Amino acid sequence: MTSVTLELNGVRIADEVEPRQSLADFLRDRCGLTATHLGCEHGACGACTVVVDGQATRSCLMLAVMCDGRSVVTLEGMRGDATMDVLRRHFHESHALQCGYCTPGMLIMARDILLRLRRPDAATVRHELSGHICRCTGYLNIVKAVVAAGQELGQPAQVTEAIDATASG
Amino acid sequence: MKPAPFDYLRPKSVAEASVALGRRGITTAAIAGGQSLLPMLSLRVAFVDLLVDISRLADLKAVTRTPDSVWIGALTTHAAIEDGKVPDAFSGLLRRVAGQISYRAIRNHGTVGGSVALADPAADWPCCLVALEASVRVVGRNGVRVQKVADFIRGPFETTLSSGDIIMGFDVPTPQAPLRWGVAKVARKSGAFAQSLAVVVSHGRDGPCSVVLGAAGPRARQLPNVAIEVRAGKRGDDLRAAIAADLDDLVPDADSYQRRLHTATILRAVRDMQAQ
Repeated sequence: MTSVTLELNGVRIADEVEPRQSLADFLRDRCGLTATHLGCEHGACGACTVVVDGQATRSCLMLAVMCDGRSVVTLEGMRGDATMDVLRRHFHESHALQCGYCTPGMLIMARDILLRLRRPDAATVRHELSGHICRCTGYLNIVKAVVAAGQELGQPAQVTEAIDATASG
Repeated sequence: MKPAPFDYLRPKSVAEASVALGRRGITTAAIAGGQSLLPMLSLRVAFVDLLVDISRLADLKAVTRTPDSVWIGALTTHAAIEDGKVPDAFSGLLRRVAGQISYRAIRNHGTVGGSVALADPAADWPCCLVALEASVRVVGRNGVRVQKVADFIRGPFETTLSSGDIIMGFDVPTPQAPLRWGVAKVARKSGAFAQSLAVVVSHGRDGPCSVVLGAAGPRARQLPNVAIEVRAGKRGDDLRAAIAADLDDLVPDADSYQRRLHTATILRAVRDMQAQ
């Protein structure tokens, strides 16, 4: 066993892990954070995507020991995240999930896409999400939700502020 | 999909890592991004007794530019190149090649050094670095050696790396004139390894040309006949004849589909370059 200390969803944790344990298994089995789903366990499906040191990461392709001293954020840690809140609402409104298995990975990657590429069009979203497999939806509504969230978030700053002011007022 | 048990070490220096990797009587492997190695361990097509984590060694992260060349540290990620964090002396070629590798979450961790060390015949960096006549710098028990990437990769998943060796990085010579380039890749789906991959570069309008084909034969290789025709500005039948001659030499056992596929990929890459 090897000791690891990492920041998980903003909380510093220390644990002992087997070197071969993936970050995904560590999150689910040791930490009880089951929003991270495991589909293929070899980097092909995207369901287990989390954020490590600010970067979208497949948690099945990262060992827990390799995260020593790093920061890991899972979907559970994104409550209140401005981009994620908008995405979650659009996923709901566009009916962008059916069984929900791929959804955590889709959401985390969609957030990464919107942070990197301002207001991406449908073709860009499709390409950027092409490493994520969904067996239910046919992707149409997922792409629609991400594009819509991008358009909402990509509004000029003063408009966003105005909406916020209205909402809070 | 769980790897067999192994020990894990995260050395503080390249020298310490080299000693660990060179330990006798056990199987060792260096892990950088791990985006190919971890699936191989999980699928149990690769086994190690000791995994040596080199991913935090600062000496392998340098990226510098001199008048003669660009130095790309082995741990440079595909995403860093895609995002333009490596000096661009190659008219955007590196960014284009980086951006077409797998998916963003993989590119965030996968490294140039790891890609070349794995030496998958269908990988993007070997093809690109051979076209640019890059050299690789390797540190090991017998000191440092420098080798052309084209010589470093000996065949499918086979390099001149021996026990205790670590890739430091790559020296990519600056083009003699503004680089013109073309890239074409055929894969069954976005992010998959190529079924055919061609990189064409020309140093200026009529300077030296290099045409390299990947995912064909045991390793990425130069197509000398095609390069001559491309430099002479040839198109059409002359170009097709040169492609046929090079494919005879490079992939003599290719079936008709593969020949057609490679021919199309090379032609697309050449046209891509000629359009610039």
